[in-house]
Amino acid sequence: MSATFVGMPAFPSAARAALADTQLRHNLAHATGTIRDKRARVVAEVEEWEDLRLAGAAVKQSALVDLDRHLVRLEETLTANGATVHWARDAAEANAIVARIARDHDADEVVKVKSMATQEIGLNEALAEEGILAWETDLAELIVQLGDDLPSHILVPAIHRNRAEIREIFLREMAGVGRPAPADLTDEPAVLAGAAREHLREKFLRAKVAVSGANFAVAETGTLVVVESEGNGRMCLTLPEVLVSVVGIEKVVPTWEGLDPLLRLLPRSSTGERMNPYTSTWSGVTPGDGPQEVHVVLLDNGRTRALADDVGRQALRCIRCSACLNVCPVYERVGGHAYGSVYPGPIGAILNPLMKGTGDPQTDSLPYASSLCGACFEVCPVRIDIPEVLVHLRAEVVDGHRGDRVPKAEAAAMAGAAWTLSDARRLAWVEKASGLAGRALTRFGRTRLPGGRAAAGRIPGPGAAAWTGARDLPAPPRESFRAWWRRTDGGRTDHTDTETGEGS
Amino acid sequence: MRVALMVTCFNDAMFPETGKAVVTLLRRLGVEVDFPAAQTCCAQPMVNTGYLDEAVPVVRTFVEAFAGYDAIVTPSGSCAGSARHQHGIVARRAGDPALTEAVAATSPKVYELSEFLVDVLGVTDVGAYFPHTVTYHPTCHSLRMIGVGDRPRRLLEAVRGLTLVELPGAAECCGFGGTFAVKNADTSVAMGADKARHVRETGAEVLVAGDNSCLMHVGGMLSRQQAGIRTVHLAEILAATEASVPEVVA
Repeated sequence: MSATFVGMPAFPSAARAALADTQLRHNLAHATGTIRDKRARVVAEVEEWEDLRLAGAAVKQSALVDLDRHLVRLEETLTANGATVHWARDAAEANAIVARIARDHDADEVVKVKSMATQEIGLNEALAEEGILAWETDLAELIVQLGDDLPSHILVPAIHRNRAEIREIFLREMAGVGRPAPADLTDEPAVLAGAAREHLREKFLRAKVAVSGANFAVAETGTLVVVESEGNGRMCLTLPEVLVSVVGIEKVVPTWEGLDPLLRLLPRSSTGERMNPYTSTWSGVTPGDGPQEVHVVLLDNGRTRALADDVGRQALRCIRCSACLNVCPVYERVGGHAYGSVYPGPIGAILNPLMKGTGDPQTDSLPYASSLCGACFEVCPVRIDIPEVLVHLRAEVVDGHRGDRVPKAEAAAMAGAAWTLSDARRLAWVEKASGLAGRALTRFGRTRLPGGRAAAGRIPGPGAAAWTGARDLPAPPRESFRAWWRRTDGGRTDHTDTETGEGS
Repeated sequence: MRVALMVTCFNDAMFPETGKAVVTLLRRLGVEVDFPAAQTCCAQPMVNTGYLDEAVPVVRTFVEAFAGYDAIVTPSGSCAGSARHQHGIVARRAGDPALTEAVAATSPKVYELSEFLVDVLGVTDVGAYFPHTVTYHPTCHSLRMIGVGDRPRRLLEAVRGLTLVELPGAAECCGFGGTFAVKNADTSVAMGADKARHVRETGAEVLVAGDNSCLMHVGGMLSRQQAGIRTVHLAEILAATEASVPEVVA
């Protein structure tokens, strides 16, 4: 099981391949539609939802403003509670810390609570290289892991799979890594969940070491918080002797009180539930109860880079609810894999460039993987203005190429457009030329829009083909608005208007 | 009140009928509208593609052309949003205090057409007549960037002869998105195909919106599918009367 996003193509190519998969599009449209409606219903129940969003954004923002201070406080309180705190600058450091802890306990396997941070650093693959098997215990993560697949959604990693596919994966793969699936397995959700439960129980009871992430880390009390739905998280957090929690440094919340809006915003935004089934908190070691050794790995891995970006910083407010994925029309069509990262969708399109830095073709394609429709900002529980950050990052991508010896065709086109559009006389001249082209099309073209306006059908050439592959293009009118205004003094001298037949 | 028409470069070059409709409509409502000839574009194509330096001279041209007007009216939710929310970013980037000041004076005076009619003129019945079945697509920037709310619907509901039918999934993006339509053409087309299907499902004769860019995208797709559904800008429906139903729909 070594699936990885490394070497993924840029978004437009990956999207094209995904769009060709009709089963995937069907699965995604169904799943995102269902969860979107559910979220909308439970959010509508909360009268002060906007106030709650503001409060949630304020808690996370205040944590980011003084992040260094809150992190030091967190280290102090966790240490006082008996936990060992480690600092990791990047994925390699974090993975090495976890592997060392497992080896210190002679563990050749660990059980895992679903965690985006460990996905991000490729912990499972890194542990496998050390001969340590990491078992995912979240149902969807188990499906992805058994299928040697990649997660395609933050909350529902196997959203791209349907029930029949999951049955196939369980029947084929479970026996090789533990308790086999029952031979009479059906594709009923409860039956599939039952098989996963039996398969996982063995692993929970055997494992000495568990690995988790955290949804929140409270600095004043040294408390980590995990929010989940299946109870597998609670088993991992309480049964094994040793617990290692890998926590992104942006998860810090200064006070316990600050959790209040966040724990109300998260379940409604993510699963469309009023409250999530399990909320677990742990603060170091309690003698004789639960893990007797607790390690917390505080992970940077590009977060301080994002923090240094004035506009992009707000992305670190993200509480990984995935509401933006579920409303995004782009995500709904192409799915998560096209984004080439464990963080897909609108938030992934900004988090990846912010954390990794721009300059790589795959990363640079992500800020453009959006129509800027704004649906993501509308649902974001902590008010991350994703469209604003997308545009900001597009500028960073463009600026990164300003020194190119040979400018891209797009850059030349934009420079030309800016030259034309900064002077009305130049624009009028271009419109006159396009009007001539329009006349030719009107005379010789065969395509007509309803209402009679001439149009261009399929045209070869890079930009034109991209548009006209599936869309007719109206012919330019013979006379622009400004030419009409000047000719008729704004319609005052030409009430009959002879230029008919070329409206929209 | 000195009112300027911001016709938008796109309407100017591709959909002049929309600008003419705004002039007809506002005159009928007793508003004399100027067309500052120095105007060009709101700079959104550059800004949204990441070419902020290139946007600077375009924004400069914009604020110079529209300086001194009490209201700047445009038949585009998208360009109104650009002028209101992005010009400040461009000016700050240019590090030019005079430009920043000029933007601060101009941007708040930009109104999308339905906002100007309902909020400034205080009318919802503009005396229009349009005897067709129409479905309305609330373009994303109208809906979310500037928040026109139900103003276009209220205007349409007051049009005599018009039957307004509900568009399924109306609030979902049509997939145009400026250069997105070309840079991510496959995804754009997939989104547009679903929008076009919803439009066909309504049985409407006409698809109306407050942005010709989105209409060109969805209309281009409907045309390729030979769906026989026309796309008409909101301004043209509101300008239509019993004496002058727009030629394209009559």
